[in-house]
Amino acid sequence: MLTLETLVPTVASGSFVWAWLLIALPLGSAALLLVAGKAANAWGHWLAVLAPLASFALALVYFIDLLGRPTAERSVRDQVYSWITTGGWDFSLALQLDPLSLLFLLLVTGVGSLIHIYSLGYMAHDPNRRRFFAYLNLFIAAMLILVLADDYLVLFVGWEGVGLASYLLISFWQERPSAAAAGKKAFIVNRVGDLGLLLAIFTCLAMFGSTKFTVVNAGVGQVSSGWAAFLGFMLLLAACGKSAQVPLQTWLLDAMEGPTPVSALIHAATMVTAGVYLVVRSGAVYAQAPSAQLAVAIVGTVTLLVGAWIGCAKDDIKKVLAGSTMSQIGYMMLAAGIGPAGYAFAIFHLLTHGFFKANMFLGAGSIMHATDGDVDMRHYGGLAKVMRITFVTFAAGYLAIIGLPFFSGAYSKDHIIEAAWEQQPVLGALALLGAGVTAFYMTRLMLMTFFGHKRWREGVKPHESPAVMWGPLVLLALGSAGLGMVLNGWIGRWLEPIGAEAPAHASWLPDFSNWLSFAVLGVVAVGVVIAWLVFGRRPVPDQPPQQVSPLTTIGRHDLYVDQAYVSGIAGGTYALGNGLARFDDRGLDKAVDGLGLGAQGAGWLARRWQNGYVRSYGLTMLIGLLAVGVVLILTQLV
Amino acid sequence: MIWLEFTAPAIDYARLAPFIIVLGAACLGVLVEAFVERTWRHEVQTGLSVIALLGAVVAVIAQWDSYGLADSVAGSGAGLIGFDFGSVMIDGPTQIAWLTLLGFTLLSLLLFAERSVHGGHSAFTSAAAAIPGSRSEAEATSAQLEHAEVFPLALFSLAGMMLLTAGQDLLVMFVALEILSLPLYVLAALARHRRLGSQEAALKYFLLGAAASGMFLFGAALLFAYSGSFDLAGLALAQTAGVGSDWLLIAGLALVAAGLLFKIGAVPFHQWAPDVYQGAPTPVTGFMSVATKVAAVFALLRLFYVGLGPSWWTWRPVFVVAAIATMALGAVVGIVQSDVKRLLAYSSITHAGFILVGVAGAFTAVSLAADGTISHALGSVASITTYLVAYGCATLGCFACVTLVQSQGREATDLAAWSGLGRSKPWFGAVMLISLLSLAGIPLTAGFVGKLTVFVAAWRGGLWWLVLVAIVLSVVAVYVYFRLVAVLFFQPPRPGVEVKTPGPATVVVLALSVLGTLAFGLVPGPLTKLLASVGAFLVP
Repeated sequence: MLTLETLVPTVASGSFVWAWLLIALPLGSAALLLVAGKAANAWGHWLAVLAPLASFALALVYFIDLLGRPTAERSVRDQVYSWITTGGWDFSLALQLDPLSLLFLLLVTGVGSLIHIYSLGYMAHDPNRRRFFAYLNLFIAAMLILVLADDYLVLFVGWEGVGLASYLLISFWQERPSAAAAGKKAFIVNRVGDLGLLLAIFTCLAMFGSTKFTVVNAGVGQVSSGWAAFLGFMLLLAACGKSAQVPLQTWLLDAMEGPTPVSALIHAATMVTAGVYLVVRSGAVYAQAPSAQLAVAIVGTVTLLVGAWIGCAKDDIKKVLAGSTMSQIGYMMLAAGIGPAGYAFAIFHLLTHGFFKANMFLGAGSIMHATDGDVDMRHYGGLAKVMRITFVTFAAGYLAIIGLPFFSGAYSKDHIIEAAWEQQPVLGALALLGAGVTAFYMTRLMLMTFFGHKRWREGVKPHESPAVMWGPLVLLALGSAGLGMVLNGWIGRWLEPIGAEAPAHASWLPDFSNWLSFAVLGVVAVGVVIAWLVFGRRPVPDQPPQQVSPLTTIGRHDLYVDQAYVSGIAGGTYALGNGLARFDDRGLDKAVDGLGLGAQGAGWLARRWQNGYVRSYGLTMLIGLLAVGVVLILTQLV
Repeated sequence: MIWLEFTAPAIDYARLAPFIIVLGAACLGVLVEAFVERTWRHEVQTGLSVIALLGAVVAVIAQWDSYGLADSVAGSGAGLIGFDFGSVMIDGPTQIAWLTLLGFTLLSLLLFAERSVHGGHSAFTSAAAAIPGSRSEAEATSAQLEHAEVFPLALFSLAGMMLLTAGQDLLVMFVALEILSLPLYVLAALARHRRLGSQEAALKYFLLGAAASGMFLFGAALLFAYSGSFDLAGLALAQTAGVGSDWLLIAGLALVAAGLLFKIGAVPFHQWAPDVYQGAPTPVTGFMSVATKVAAVFALLRLFYVGLGPSWWTWRPVFVVAAIATMALGAVVGIVQSDVKRLLAYSSITHAGFILVGVAGAFTAVSLAADGTISHALGSVASITTYLVAYGCATLGCFACVTLVQSQGREATDLAAWSGLGRSKPWFGAVMLISLLSLAGIPLTAGFVGKLTVFVAAWRGGLWWLVLVAIVLSVVAVYVYFRLVAVLFFQPPRPGVEVKTPGPATVVVLALSVLGTLAFGLVPGPLTKLLASVGAFLVP
């Protein structure tokens, strides 16, 4: 059986000893921008763009180096810093560059750099531009720590770091109460997931005495299946929080309050996929815990349907995309829950999604840029003619996500549906249904935004965005279109060393040897056609219709999960809090007052005791000596 | 007539060189005081002391290889080697203790030598024999007189400390205890400002110290009566053999314990500390609080682990009780202090309690395997040494800062006077913050590593419940330090209080102490590894 970490990492040498620079560059840039203050206002954003670009260049060097190596040597461990190493203790910070982390490295720094460049235009007039770029750099650094860690503890540092950066950036426009609340919501919901990761780390320390991936993976086969399952479920909980999977999905829709480049980078392309990364990294744990693995697949399937459902009902373009992100990450989780057969597909879809979703989010940003920040699709319409580049690039992302053959999504998503069908036909069928719904809501988005009659508000004159914004869009669109073709024949073998099974189908041509491929195409076509019948043929109403099906109503309210949490969990918490407050006022306060008086009394006594007279000090010593004698005599009696 | 035949013992002077250098320099310092022109004495004494200390450090390191230390650092662990001089044992812990003592004394003496922050003269009185406030005092001050004797005094005290850590004979330990104490009594009396308080502190210290010495000596006598031997090996042998009256043993044990607990500043023998720390000149306080503690802790460890090791089941409860009482009292009373020096005194008491947790833990990690390799786990001795290094760096950093905060030409040690200083002088705030975080035991500082290793050793020694108590009390102690942090950073500055620009000597102290705190906190591996390899006493 294949398990992860079958590679023995080689010690870093040559250029790899500089791997820490990958993290240090954006981190240093973030620190400099924050510390330098207003002095950096003029040039800070340029530095901030250079930092991830430099990391990207370095990542490319490492990628090419690893490509040139034999498969067995494609894992490099670079010990950066050893905190405590003595006896049984070994807490150190080491970076691990292996096929999996390298793909993430390229995605984070590559797409991250493009989004940085895009932000030059998007945030050009924001008074807090420097702070924005500092946080973006901080995010890049934290995300790189997350994916380069060779140890759950270090991963946790990055995990919390991206959580912090996400919080700071969601509530970047902190003067808006809704943005501030959204940031808090994201942070608090993520805490629930973090608890899972912490418990997993504690379990690892208790079971294996170390949190290194290699040690955990080697040791997990020896522990009882109950503990392995516990570990698996805790890691799943962590993944649910970070990746906005059911039941911790509620924060992602609100997170759209952040600036759009943030939504593209953090809440679509990179951070929210960290949960998938965690599950794939912990493949050895899930290999020992079939129940947890099945739970991963179920969570993924449920989320992919929930996200698609929400995507169908929203009028806010960013929220549609957010629902779609949830849904697509659901596909990845489903793939990760299939086991080694699905790992390569999970990562494959993660990469293609990183491109086409970042592409579409930035496209949405470009539209908002053109419409004075309006996000309501009912106020768009007919934008294809005035924003040609945005339209064409967005269309590339659209075709990729619905899975038109030869576009990148087609390769990665079809693989997942097929693999799911083989393992669990029920999940496979649901994933197939999800593909149809995806086609429906994405087509709806396209039709409402780019086609039909103009429903622009007064004074809004849409125009194409500047080159600094459409340049990244073009590059991302090229990726959305072609990445699947390029990677399909290669990624399975590349990821084999980390435990993924190479897929049967690995060529640049779409796979039409399988009836399922046709079924997917058919379902997608049905989704597109229905959307056209509803939104393309008829004019789109200016106001959201009130007489709608219950399905739409439920979708508009995010499936009422927020309400359930508020009345269920938050309500209970409030009740508990009120009760505690009463107890505090009437019981504890009195007790604390008493303690305070007691402490004052003790202080007074101590002062009396510490009176400055040598004779009294001498007496204390004598009494102390007697006390020592008494203790000694007592030990003799016992 | 019977002629006593006398064979001169063969003494390996090279191994004793560090001790001899320090003692020699102290004697030379007395001559300097007698023969060198007054205007040059301060400089000559400073140079002599620094050279002597550096020379002693070199002499320790020159012997490094022969103890297997170098190999141990490299990881092979060649084994433990010691040099037994009968009354004095020079083994790994002795070497490490000497190195620690020399290092911290060097930093303290730099504070002794600092003049620029005190308005061009040292922190010591111009004429110790003059009545405070008298005309002769004023004349001496206006004539710019100074007592450069402080340097040889400190060196004599250091020699006593070095002998104490190496002594494996009760009488040698007693003599060493006196050699280290007597100069300190004098030094404590030499403050330039608030001289009456300084003299009062010195007298208190002397009287109580004399009582403690008496207890130690009486205890030594009783232990001799019990075992018929002054040296620790004979003492241990008597306990294993089970000869002699247990009551003699218990009484002697209680008395020697009391004598050493006094020096450490453990409850209930702690009351001198706040008064003396407050009254003594701040550089002397720094020296006392760090170097004396290091020496006394090592003496306590050697006496109880080697000499009284067979009775550890008997004495352990004493240290457990003393540890709890010391930690609790230091932390709780520290909360209500309104004077920075007193606050640091209670901090020093609290830390004595944490050290006693390690002493009571009595966990021996060093086990010589058949192939001569040493396990690299941290035993009690090694972990306590780690703790002492961390404590010393942070404490000296704090006391160096205390010398800088002045109001009307005098040190302003009132807590209120320190308001907002961290914000008005960021570098000062940074030094204090780092030192206080280390004292509080926050991760990524040396203090955390010290606490961690001591607690782990005690836990492995079987005292897990004591470790839990210690963790709770360390949280209380955090409050003490953060209260000071809050004053430094979150209160508006007071007018009239200034942070003096440190002279070069103080800069060195501040830099090295902060560097040590951060370095041992960020990369403790080399230090703990080194200590793990040498951290056990050799039984002669």
